[in-house]
Amino acid sequence: MAEKKGSIPEKTTLLFINKESEPLFSKKNRGLLTDPMDDNNPITVQVLGICSALAITVQLKPAIVMSLSVMAVMGASNVIISILRNLIPNRIRIIVQLVVVAAMVILVDQILRAYAYDVSKELSIFIGLIITNCIVMGRLEAFALGNGVWKSFLDGIGNAAGYAFILIVVAFFRELLGSGKLFGFQVIPDFIYDMGYVNNGLMLLSPMALITVGIFIWIQRSRNRKLIEKN
Amino acid sequence: MMNRDSNAYTFLFATIMVFVVASTLAFTASSLKDLQADNVRKEKMQNILSTIGIQTDREQAEVLYKKYITSTLALNHLGGVDDSVDAFTLKLNYELKKPASEQRFPMYKAEVDNTKFYIIPLRGSGLWDAIWGYVALKADINTIQGAVFDHKGETAGLGAEITQQWFQDRFTDEKVFDTSGKLVGIYVSKTNNDPKDTDKDDHEVDAISGATITGDGVTDMIIERLNHYIPYFEKEKNATALLN
Amino acid sequence: MEGYLNLFIKSIFIENMIFAYFLGMCSYLAVSKTVKTAVGLGFAVIFVLSITVPINFLLDTYLLRPGALQWLDASYAEIDLSFLSFIMFIAVIASMVQLVEMIVEKFAPALYGALGIFLPLIAVNCAILGGSLFMQQKDFSGVTESAVYGFGSGIGWLLAILAIAAIREKIIYSNVPAPLRGLGITFIITGLMALGFMSFMGIKL
Repeated sequence: MAEKKGSIPEKTTLLFINKESEPLFSKKNRGLLTDPMDDNNPITVQVLGICSALAITVQLKPAIVMSLSVMAVMGASNVIISILRNLIPNRIRIIVQLVVVAAMVILVDQILRAYAYDVSKELSIFIGLIITNCIVMGRLEAFALGNGVWKSFLDGIGNAAGYAFILIVVAFFRELLGSGKLFGFQVIPDFIYDMGYVNNGLMLLSPMALITVGIFIWIQRSRNRKLIEKN
Repeated sequence: MMNRDSNAYTFLFATIMVFVVASTLAFTASSLKDLQADNVRKEKMQNILSTIGIQTDREQAEVLYKKYITSTLALNHLGGVDDSVDAFTLKLNYELKKPASEQRFPMYKAEVDNTKFYIIPLRGSGLWDAIWGYVALKADINTIQGAVFDHKGETAGLGAEITQQWFQDRFTDEKVFDTSGKLVGIYVSKTNNDPKDTDKDDHEVDAISGATITGDGVTDMIIERLNHYIPYFEKEKNATALLN
Repeated sequence: MEGYLNLFIKSIFIENMIFAYFLGMCSYLAVSKTVKTAVGLGFAVIFVLSITVPINFLLDTYLLRPGALQWLDASYAEIDLSFLSFIMFIAVIASMVQLVEMIVEKFAPALYGALGIFLPLIAVNCAILGGSLFMQQKDFSGVTESAVYGFGSGIGWLLAILAIAAIREKIIYSNVPAPLRGLGITFIITGLMALGFMSFMGIKL
């Protein structure tokens, strides 16, 4: 991707000169980081990224790895598409977005497989899940295609943080109630098992993930009445 | 500046993009191929060694592999050895697609402190994609010394747990042939009522909660892959009987 | 013929994209407010799946699979282009989706407005890519088989989204607590429906 950035230097500086009339961390820009945590949460409000929220939240560790990976990918892809946004022909914009994300993720995977093989084995399963994560594409379409580089970067990081928040909460409960562990460490002490407590195996299955998110939405909307649907 | 929405521009952009992406990916893939292949090779050696209880990092793997693995054979469907093939490089997923007479199956023989082991590669399907592994049999060609499993894309926390030591340990000392000499494999079972795996004669291990289909995949791959080796096992058992 | 029928039924009920594999959830949850939009998106998904799975099958068989290039020249038997699978499948799917988007915008502008961002999101719909990736794994014997599989998976998806949309239309009249209204109760209902579909899991056709 160094080729892409290097080949359009005049456009980049032009863009920066035009857009940066606003301080880097102005209220609006900070809003881009904090809105997705609650008001505009990608999972519970925008309804994006559900598939991975179900698949990756069986244990805390994969949830965190996935969250960090998504944050990195979203930051990078939002920036790249934002830089290219005035060059992309409208008719093929979906393809271009997808190809950029896919190429970047595959590139990182190939490099990891050569130089950090153990890490790549951990991340390999996530590769497919990241490329098809609706949040990545969704924010490219909704924001990066029409906004400046810095704002797009913040938007990407903010949405990834909102996504991470839900993932970690759901994974916390699923791992704790489903296997009595957190991060792979036994948290529920043996004497509780001896008293007759049994791990709730159902929590390990996807339907319960759906129900957990439903309950989270219930709590979120009770606290933030703005989000209640009116009909 | 060309009109962004004109056909000519769209075509030009698409062509440039395809060219840039394809060449970047192809360049990266081909220049890193050797490093990656090396990592995969060493990992394979690591896995084979861990079935006989030798844990090592990738740096030491090659040295220890040469030390403990005494021979690598490529077997045909009649149990005979094909010397023209380097068994280590055989890829099970390709072999399985060939007609039976052309298939070649790897057999790794190991010797640790004068004890002999037979290590057999496995390959099958999990829930989302392929699963594979190795199983080491003791000199009696029946009792399992150890097993190692891996997967391409099983669910983290569920099917992916087959790579964990606690699941793989369940297979140690289980037997793959029943008392009448028939190959039964190991059944990854949800109903075996033996979670601590104390009964080593039941040809079963406890399944992983929430990973039924992956568990079934493991069951299937053990018996299906071991099946190919029955002619060879017969020959080995006869040979040992003659020696005694 | 029987093989095709089995495959068709299997891909609709037993290997339902939504309830068995939980793929394609985002659009499923977001576009199921009314039956009309649900049906519109469902048909779009069926169309995209039925076309992209066979095309990707041909791509995989004649280009990507290790040894696939043998038809060009026997010496190409060693080439393995499968690392390009992901990106080629996605490119095919994205082109198809762009086509669908243009058609819908022209012939059904109301639907286009109602679907909003979820029409281009079909391109990343895990169910569509999943369909192609499963096809790669399943080793079909011919294009027709892969087409039946794609078509069946699409119908399964339509069935799922139709069911939840119908329920959501009716549940407006129930006394759901305000914070749960809409999306929250949909999540819970989907979870319950998924539990129900788990009963199909062990069936071998």
